[in-house]
Amino acid sequence: MTPFDYSRASDVADALRMGAGVQAKFLGGGTNLVDLMRETIERPAALVDITGLPAEITERDDGGLVIGAAVRNTALAEHRTVRTRYPVLSRAILAGASAQIRNMATVGGNLLQRTRCSYFYDDAGSRCNKRQPGQGCDAIDGFNRNHAILGASEACVATHPSDMCVALAALDAVVHLEGRGGARTLPLVELHRLPGDRPDLETALQPGELITAIELPAQPIAARSTYRKVRDRSSYAFALVSVAAALELDGDTVKDVRVALGGVAHKPWRALEAEQALRGGKVSEAAFRAAAEAELAHAVPLSCNTFKIELAKRTITAVLGELAGAAR
Amino acid sequence: MTADRSAAAIAAIRINGVDCPVPADPRMSLLDLLRETLHLHGTKKGCNQGACGACTVLVDGERIVSCLSLAVQHAGRSVTTIEGLADQHGLHPLQQAFIEHDGFQCGYCTPGQICSAVGMAAELKRGVPSHVTQDLASDHVAFSPDEVRERMSGNLCRCGAHNGIIDAISETYAEAAE
Amino acid sequence: MSIAEEAKLAVRGAIQGVMEKAIELAPDSWMPGGKPDSLIATKHGSIGASVPRIDSPLKVQGKAPFAAEFELPGMVYAALMFSTVAKGRIATLDTAQAEAAPGVVLVMTHRNAPRMESMPVFLSAEKAGGGDNLPIMQDDRIHWNGQPIAVVLAETQEQADYAVALIRASYEQDAATTSFATAKRKGTEPGLFMGQPLKTEKGSADAAFKASAAKVEATYTTPRHNHNAIEPHAATVAWDGDRLIVHDASQAVAHTAWSLGKIFGISEQQVHVTSPFVGGGFGGKCLWQHQVLGAAAAKLAGRPVRIALSREGVYRLIGGRTLTEQRLAIGADQDGRFNAIIHSGTVATTRQNGMPEPFILPTMSSYGSPNIKLDVEVVYLDMLANTFMRAPGESVGTFALESAIDELAVSLGIDPVELRILNQPSEDPLKGTPFSSRHITEAWRAGAEKFGWSKRSAPGTVRDGEWQIGIGCATATYPYHRMPGGAARITLTRDGYARVEIAAHEMGMGTATAHTQVVADRLGLSRDQVTFAYGDSLMPGVVLAGGSQQTASIGASVIAAHHVLIKELLKLAGNDSPLAGLGTDEVGTLNGGLAKLDDPSRHESYVSILTRSGRDHVAVEGSASAPLETMHWSMHSFGALFCEIGVNSVTGETRVRRFLGSYDCGRILNPKTAASQFRGGIIMGLGLALMEETQFDDRNGRVMNPSLAEYHVPVHLDVPPIDVIWTDIPDPRAPMGARGIGEIGITGVGAAVANAVFNATGKRVRDLPLTLDKLM
Repeated sequence: MTPFDYSRASDVADALRMGAGVQAKFLGGGTNLVDLMRETIERPAALVDITGLPAEITERDDGGLVIGAAVRNTALAEHRTVRTRYPVLSRAILAGASAQIRNMATVGGNLLQRTRCSYFYDDAGSRCNKRQPGQGCDAIDGFNRNHAILGASEACVATHPSDMCVALAALDAVVHLEGRGGARTLPLVELHRLPGDRPDLETALQPGELITAIELPAQPIAARSTYRKVRDRSSYAFALVSVAAALELDGDTVKDVRVALGGVAHKPWRALEAEQALRGGKVSEAAFRAAAEAELAHAVPLSCNTFKIELAKRTITAVLGELAGAAR
Repeated sequence: MTADRSAAAIAAIRINGVDCPVPADPRMSLLDLLRETLHLHGTKKGCNQGACGACTVLVDGERIVSCLSLAVQHAGRSVTTIEGLADQHGLHPLQQAFIEHDGFQCGYCTPGQICSAVGMAAELKRGVPSHVTQDLASDHVAFSPDEVRERMSGNLCRCGAHNGIIDAISETYAEAAE
Repeated sequence: MSIAEEAKLAVRGAIQGVMEKAIELAPDSWMPGGKPDSLIATKHGSIGASVPRIDSPLKVQGKAPFAAEFELPGMVYAALMFSTVAKGRIATLDTAQAEAAPGVVLVMTHRNAPRMESMPVFLSAEKAGGGDNLPIMQDDRIHWNGQPIAVVLAETQEQADYAVALIRASYEQDAATTSFATAKRKGTEPGLFMGQPLKTEKGSADAAFKASAAKVEATYTTPRHNHNAIEPHAATVAWDGDRLIVHDASQAVAHTAWSLGKIFGISEQQVHVTSPFVGGGFGGKCLWQHQVLGAAAAKLAGRPVRIALSREGVYRLIGGRTLTEQRLAIGADQDGRFNAIIHSGTVATTRQNGMPEPFILPTMSSYGSPNIKLDVEVVYLDMLANTFMRAPGESVGTFALESAIDELAVSLGIDPVELRILNQPSEDPLKGTPFSSRHITEAWRAGAEKFGWSKRSAPGTVRDGEWQIGIGCATATYPYHRMPGGAARITLTRDGYARVEIAAHEMGMGTATAHTQVVADRLGLSRDQVTFAYGDSLMPGVVLAGGSQQTASIGASVIAAHHVLIKELLKLAGNDSPLAGLGTDEVGTLNGGLAKLDDPSRHESYVSILTRSGRDHVAVEGSASAPLETMHWSMHSFGALFCEIGVNSVTGETRVRRFLGSYDCGRILNPKTAASQFRGGIIMGLGLALMEETQFDDRNGRVMNPSLAEYHVPVHLDVPPIDVIWTDIPDPRAPMGARGIGEIGITGVGAAVANAVFNATGKRVRDLPLTLDKLM
């Protein structure tokens, strides 16, 4: 680990001031950043500990929730309102990592997790455009079973590892940011970038900008939502494919629907094409399957992950079927 | 949590009831502070990247992996390690149950399993749901072998003492949970 | 290989052949085990008791000291830099920045490392323990991707790790062979194991197979595996003048001491290796380059060194199990009786060790057939030396053999349990020697009954919601081994306490506990009067914790020492004793003393003998007999495995619902720790079946998942309740009647799961691990 200065912020202004240096990083639970620093993939000159920032979950009058960025993953998953009104979010968080890590990890940090691509992690021995733009990508012709089938580029086929973000993408979450230029908000689906030719640029954050909160709009549909994660090991493994979905029916017609996918792209993948195909249509397994087909129509497999396309289709179909079954 | 911490407390980390100075090198993990500075070797290093759970300790009663945690982040907090579980009356009931159910072989993952289970029991009692909990809306999570197995999945064991570990935890906490 | 070497091997082979025949034909009574161990017939109460581990209180409190927990004054921490190419030479190695980094005490490379011999590679001599025979930091050559090229010593681990990251290396690469497929296309060579070809034939298997009424033939593949003991390899090393002290995590302390002596040009007596606790071994904790590098750096720096490998370091430096590609062909008559078994295939190994994973081993003894042909071919790759991992050979060989038998059972419409019982041999299928003890049929019957095997349904017919449910079975098998070199010291004190010392190992198998029980019974003492000391190279014996042979080796060593002890005690007892005039064969141990075998009233306690003779203690040493019993009899353990799995019809995920192992391993010394050994092996087998694979990048020979996050081992939620039962029928030819049980647990599990998957889905997967993509 490269030496760094450590400081502890007591409020947002403090954090922004301390984090203003070009080589400063904000430190939450450390579950990803400390690991990456130990691998010398991250080499910040300064760490600003923001775990002391407000860690509250506030209910708004309109029924929405504002979640402080320093809220721990466990605290969010176990929150009464989240469990009852946004179960997909609880389920997604609980499907991720281990209990110990969920106790440490912050919501803000979870958003900024970096990929688990093993070539990205192999700083010493592998080429990676994400670590070093222009270097080349050893994953494209290597072990890429866990890699992207949607939205990838020739420069990068890595996936975003978060479960929580997949649920947030389905829930139209909004990210609250604060930086030198002031405060702003950003839809979560616009926070993460597709790799394009600059996979090193992973988010729309400005230098020194801090995630202060996540906002969940009031979403009656979210009360009937769930998350399904598919993996070889039954627990404590990253998703091969995951599906976050919410469904609202009017008789046997789809009134509204939300679908997002994990494990398939460089960012949490909101399945807008599938949603569009379903909205206003009749509920049936065939319709769910057709919607999944529509979403995966542009999928491009790599040498080791062709199966993911069919897996994603099947999982979407099954999750929607489950939600439809529960609705009847 | 942070506001009321006094300056004196912030300068120290309380470990098994004893105040210890925060290390000068911020790179030092809580795990290395325990093992190399304080010679508390009970907390184990299995992977140093949060993947095995052997370094699990309790911070203010919550289980965490000490390898991914910088020691400086714990100023003013209270850490309990495996060395802090037994008291003057003898072994913690869970330690005793691990012996009776042969919940280990080599013993290397054991302190982490035990600390993790202590933290897990508190989470269950608090009603924290898990990946296998059917009814998220309920305040009460029923104690079951599947709940324990899922919740303990962050602690790897390579000798294969899984059955004994789950039996020991179940015996210690099942009744209390009902 | 040169002609001279081939000739040497042929002569050695011929001599071995003659000796083997003579031992096979000799009378039983000449053999160790010819007269069964007296502990088999007489029960004293400790053997067979479910005694909790004697090291339990230490382990549950985190007080058991492991190798990286020895504190030495002035100790510095080591960190390693690894090569990133598979073959070639180091062109530039810039260490200036690292040397200037805070806290750095030494940067050692091939330019300044002390001169050392290469490691004597394991099995090349009685006490050779090295994982490879390459020069260690003696030149600029690179032999595998991940080879250590620099060692940094610093005052703290953080400083050492940081300084390593400051070293810059460049390489001149040579063409390397890192692809199994490419290497195979260039041709294979016969696999040699301890100088003997892994090739044998009885009858004419090819012709018999062709002529058989029923046939199955298929190719099965298994990937590379890593041991992944949760304790990473570590050693705390110091020099005291020309004495070397190594606190190691070792399953071979005597081998390590002798080998380090050879490497550093000192005698083995000058090397002291301790290893009181080992955080899991499974074949991986022998001598590898890190202990050597730690000792070399300690010598150069003049400071004690802690060298604790990172998890990545374990993958780069410590070999694992190699991959296999196996062809299995079975020819049978319509009733299912085997006419021919052909088990052949190819594995990858390296020139620096030559360890062809001997996947044919289970086929040598499991079933009878008039025609058997076995052949392991190898290709040599430029990679980290592969090595022994739990049940080398059987673990992956049983996947092919036991899957193929299931395929034959399906094609013949015969119950796979009955097919296996039908083909049980009456004598060793290849050597024709008698079995020492073989009760596999009883194990099958008991297991089938307890598991509810008779409720099995046709493939693809049982569902539970999304889950397709199936059950499967397979045979587990592992031989009885006992290696030469066992020896033990017994010290009996005047207060009636005994201490046994032997350079054996406790990696969690329960060795110290089980042998405390055995020694108590053998000496007629209670367990609290016995101390079992181990894990120190200064103690007697060369006792590898490997090949599931430690129990037998310790047992035979203690028998030998006990014999000497009786002789010594009789001498001390003299003429004023009720034992006066008795010979060693006429007395046994009873109630804390010696007694005439057929007249227990002629008894004198140890306390009395030592008190009367004015002795504080008596100490004796004995060396175990040569392990000829393994050549005279065919000695094997078996198990009948049953498992129930669910395959998710949507996702292809396989989850194990229940598992039962029914074993025939001789006498079980401690049911509590034995059950844990069986379960532990089975769980590692579930990992092998469902998820484990070391990802070796064929392009450059680099391991791409060197972490416990990416190399999946089973987690708690993957492990269902596992039932284990056993026959507990003592093997009359083994010390205590016990055959070792450390490895049999993993064998057969891969096939049991795959066969259950077939029963659930009708899909036959012949390529491990059984990941979901293969079942969608």
